[in-house]
Amino acid sequence: MSDTSFAPASPAALLRTPLYDLHLALGARMVPFAGYSMPVQYPAGVLAEHLHTRKLAGLFDVSHMGQLSLSGPQAAQALETLVPVDVIGLAPGRQRYGMLLNEAGGILDDLMFSRRADDIFVVVNGACKVTDLAHITQHIGAQCTVTPLPEQALLALQGPAAVHALERLVPGVAAMVFMDGAEFAWQGHPIFVTRSGYTGEDGFEISLHQDCASAFAQALLVQPEVMPIGLGARNSLRLEAGLCLYGNDMDAQTTPVEAALGWAIQKVRRSGGARAGGFIGADKVLAQMHTGPERLRVGLRALERVPVREHSALQDASGQAVGEVCSGLLAPTADAPIAMAYVRADCAAPGTLLQALVRAKQVPMQVCPMPFVPHRYHRGA
Amino acid sequence: MSLLYTADHEWVDQGADSATVGITHHAQDALGDVVFVELPEVGKSFAQGEVAGVVESVKAAADVYMPVSGVVTEVNESLRDNPALANTDPLGAGWFFKVRLSEPAQLSALMDEAAYQALTQ
Repeated sequence: MSDTSFAPASPAALLRTPLYDLHLALGARMVPFAGYSMPVQYPAGVLAEHLHTRKLAGLFDVSHMGQLSLSGPQAAQALETLVPVDVIGLAPGRQRYGMLLNEAGGILDDLMFSRRADDIFVVVNGACKVTDLAHITQHIGAQCTVTPLPEQALLALQGPAAVHALERLVPGVAAMVFMDGAEFAWQGHPIFVTRSGYTGEDGFEISLHQDCASAFAQALLVQPEVMPIGLGARNSLRLEAGLCLYGNDMDAQTTPVEAALGWAIQKVRRSGGARAGGFIGADKVLAQMHTGPERLRVGLRALERVPVREHSALQDASGQAVGEVCSGLLAPTADAPIAMAYVRADCAAPGTLLQALVRAKQVPMQVCPMPFVPHRYHRGA
Repeated sequence: MSLLYTADHEWVDQGADSATVGITHHAQDALGDVVFVELPEVGKSFAQGEVAGVVESVKAAADVYMPVSGVVTEVNESLRDNPALANTDPLGAGWFFKVRLSEPAQLSALMDEAAYQALTQ
């Protein structure tokens, strides 16, 4: 039997999050991820962790992700030059999804940003955080103050019972709705909470100082609903939710239009909008929104019970190559093999039948709408 | 008769007419929850080291190599229907296939329990 994806973490060069000792104490299996030693699963295993998150609540350590603050009166205007989304119009206390682009419209990283009282709080991917910071500082460091926050840990509590568990520790969070962000305190420590996440479930992300992160995580883990969840289930949960993993499902060669992220580009930044363009890569992205992309990210469901993994080639009915799978697995909640893929635009309509090549055998797949499992965000009553 | 092991984490149990093959406890533990297996065709011959099957968990896929040259005589249909048997009983009900050896001398080069334990320490 062969496999390299679960090679043990080589301890030498890997960074550790503030929860490293807690992961070991919980019996986690650690793997290298984004330069950190991270838990891929705990003793319960990926399936149980996935299903538990959908049923109750899962706690994820995402402290490897990059957190930074943009401050100063020009911060929102400055950030708008790097992302194709509406930053200026985002109300204080609200959060939004965006992406950093290169001149060719390729996605350098995707990110979440929150408008706070005194700054814009940004969360970027761990694997990209060093280059993101350089990119941001280079382009807007003169217009606003760019402050990395390496002392902050980041936890995600996800699942339908997340609100009950967190409300017990942090009264008031239950009043938030999806994509709200607000400051709270836990045992005297300031924490910043957003009602968001990356599983498709209701849930929260909590940014707090590294010195109190482990104690806070342990306080959550003793809540009856909460179980620790590793990267394995984080991946299957986000894929079922139709959410992209940077590096797999988009990269610097992929535009937001190709990645089917056009919904994240508000009208005000599109052609004809009050602040149309004006971001790096705008020429390419706005032109592509008009003409349509040559390839497009789609969801696929296999019609046989065979997992179809990343890099599997896709063919149309006549056997012609039309694309490639970027993420795929046998989904625990959908209980079927699901995938995301980039396909030729004329093959992207839901219902289109394609063939995936898995170990030189054809597996029939059908293009389908995403998410694969309905989102259950708390948008308010 | 005790089990023999490969460095690729298959086990072999030699019977009178054929040898039974599966993946080791260590292998199933490393893979995690097995959700899919692909088994070889009965009647097909394989050389030692050829890919004879596939085992997949939610997070990873791995090839299962033919530990000894021979012809597949039977596959575990229950494992196809219930891949979790590879986790719950890897050395028993979670077996993969049976093979009639064409070169039985290859068995002598496989590891015994002690050698395999040493490898996976």
